[in-house]
Amino acid sequence: MDKALTSNLSIVAERESVPAPSHVAPSLKTVTLIVDNMRCGGCMSAVEKALLAAPGVQSARANLSAKRVTARYDADATEPENLAAALEGAGFNAAEAMHTRDNTQAREASDLLRRMGVAGFAAANVMLLSVSVWAGLASDMDASAQALFHWLSALIALPAIAYAGQPFFRSAAGAIRAARLNMDVPISLGIILASGMSLFQTMRGGDQVYFDAAIMLTFFLLIGRYLDESVRVRARGAAENLLGLKALSATVIGADRRPRRIPARALSPGVRVLVAAGERIPVDGRIENGASEIEESLINGETLPRLVQVGADVHAGTVNITAPIEVTATAIDEHTLIAEIARLMQAAEQDRGRYVRLADRAAQVYAPAVHLLGALTFTGWMIAGAGWETALTYAIAVLIITCPCALALAVPAVQVAATGRLFAKGVIVKAPDALERIAETDTVVLDKTGTLTIGEPQLIAPEKICAAILAQAASIAAHSRHPYAKAIVRAAGAMGLTPRWQDAVREVTGAGLVAETPQGEERLGSAAWVGADAEDGDQTATLWYRKGEAVPTPFHFADALRSDARSVVGDLQNAGYVVELLSGDRPRAVARAAAAAGVQEWRAGVRPDGKIGRLKDVSASGHKALMVGDGLNDAPALAAGHASLSPAGAVDICQTAADAIFQGERLLPVLETLKVARAARQMSLQNFAIALGYNALCVPLAMAGYVTPLIAALAMSASSIAVTGNALRLRTRRLALQPLRSTERHA
Amino acid sequence: MTALAWLIPAALVLGLLGLAAFLWALNSGQFEDLEGASWRAIQDSDAPDASPAADSDDTARNAK
Repeated sequence: MDKALTSNLSIVAERESVPAPSHVAPSLKTVTLIVDNMRCGGCMSAVEKALLAAPGVQSARANLSAKRVTARYDADATEPENLAAALEGAGFNAAEAMHTRDNTQAREASDLLRRMGVAGFAAANVMLLSVSVWAGLASDMDASAQALFHWLSALIALPAIAYAGQPFFRSAAGAIRAARLNMDVPISLGIILASGMSLFQTMRGGDQVYFDAAIMLTFFLLIGRYLDESVRVRARGAAENLLGLKALSATVIGADRRPRRIPARALSPGVRVLVAAGERIPVDGRIENGASEIEESLINGETLPRLVQVGADVHAGTVNITAPIEVTATAIDEHTLIAEIARLMQAAEQDRGRYVRLADRAAQVYAPAVHLLGALTFTGWMIAGAGWETALTYAIAVLIITCPCALALAVPAVQVAATGRLFAKGVIVKAPDALERIAETDTVVLDKTGTLTIGEPQLIAPEKICAAILAQAASIAAHSRHPYAKAIVRAAGAMGLTPRWQDAVREVTGAGLVAETPQGEERLGSAAWVGADAEDGDQTATLWYRKGEAVPTPFHFADALRSDARSVVGDLQNAGYVVELLSGDRPRAVARAAAAAGVQEWRAGVRPDGKIGRLKDVSASGHKALMVGDGLNDAPALAAGHASLSPAGAVDICQTAADAIFQGERLLPVLETLKVARAARQMSLQNFAIALGYNALCVPLAMAGYVTPLIAALAMSASSIAVTGNALRLRTRRLALQPLRSTERHA
Repeated sequence: MTALAWLIPAALVLGLLGLAAFLWALNSGQFEDLEGASWRAIQDSDAPDASPAADSDDTARNAK
């Protein structure tokens, strides 16, 4: 360790123990920042350098896999906000990581890795001894040397199994206590019986010693378990990063009217918060001061801003558009939309808990079958008059050879390959059984705003508007943060027009903009504001522009679809999926989006409980729905669907509820997820077939009493490798969305 | 046969050494950033504070 740093740290430690005057002692704190666009070693050192250059930072260490950086800083000299700002100055998106969740999962992964290390050590050494014994059978090893080797194997294997096998034993014990069967029951039984019988045979000086098989089984299964767990830890970290980057900070106004910036999650009810125009509202609250327009598409799917005044309730996550407002944070009220959604979600999640995973379903058939075979072998040999000891030995050999190493790896290996493939495509699979449930769906239910569409309005047909007028409108619109105004500026920019800067532009909340020019007044805003006759019934999605006394020009807006929405919907329909649109928005807007995307079945103005109701109807008619949504009003539906996906722009509660999150502007990841999920199910079944084929070969041998420890070890390794190799194909295989089978297809 | 008397303990001790090294690496947080570690090896660090030794200690402490 660096000497200066050591002495520094020890001084700090001393000072922290003694309550010293705080203005002298540097109080070192540790903060973890998320840096999501740190992608290579160059970025990593740039991040560290940027932090070390910031005042008050003692040390910084970036973690490239987690996309996070941990810094020690002097809390008197700086604060995490400044560190994030320093990183932003260097071109990185940074935000303080949340420490709300426990990291038991990460600890579990490293615990599995530790057990895997021990099992690996023991497996290697026992194998060394076993190979000697097998070689000795062919040459002239005497009985005493064989016994010595067996005892040594026991000495290494038994403690290692007792330690490394605990995850399986615990899980099996839990399942049995709950009167269920899972894959860990036959695994644990196999391992324990193999060890017990081997010990017995060692004491008697027999040949049927299976220590190598038992420890190798433990080792292989731990590898599978660890990979599965570490993929999940990684997905969870990525999901937390997404949320952390979206976490807001709030400007709090204290009693002395001095504004302070604090993280939004530190806000408590009663605190007064200032929300500038264009900022996201950080907290649920009531407006104390000011009037503005609030864009609430994340809450209710509505793209049109809502006019609010003093006393109005606003929700966290919505965007304040026109003017600054002061909001008093309120506690969650029983009657608010948020509380209703929380209640609906709780109910929906209880319904879902009943899903039984593929591997556990296999175990429920497999375990009794295997135990029955063991019993048959025992009684068969007893009847044949082989004596109870031989009969028992053969029966146990059956249980060892059928111990489902390949079967237990069949699903996890595929899961790891599939999750890794999706991760590379920007899909973060969060729930462990998500892929299995996604593979079973035959109906795709889409939300409109923010899911099928981009979630921000676009100017329709800008090329039909006179370029000079568009440029002038844009130069006024540049003063506003209203989504329509921003759409005009974007459209003008896309057409190569450069708005000139216009002075003296005023924004009138709920009406529009006005600019005083020497040539007269220019107005941009609602029909009433500009003085146009809105002969168009859908006037809400229109802005008008008028210069002086000229004829007003209308600008129409619509929420544009994601660029590949139509082709993705088409592909889904071709494959036999029923695609539905379920939106909280107005019927006209929904009908237009449905027609543009090629969706025949749509419902508009649906409330959160209505969305759940629709999903219940789908499942009642025997179909399984994949819900894709991003708004607060979709959250209960995401929890109620058979499986669910959420875009990365979704509200926190959706990202938490969804089985998987997809990133990027396109809808293609939905298709990719379905493809990979169904390929994963197909390959899991293939793997089961491989594992069963191996059993069909080995079980008769075992029942006939021909299995030796050598055959058991070979068969076990070969089948495990075959299954893992098959699963790895999923990483690179080209996939096409196969049509649903006729039994799954809608009539 | 007498060779076994020292060969087997030697094999076991070597194996245990490997296991101890693995557990030490695991506890000192060396498996926490496998991607980053591969880059650090080829970087010339001119910032002494960011030297891996100084910070891996930090990471280990934070992990506890």
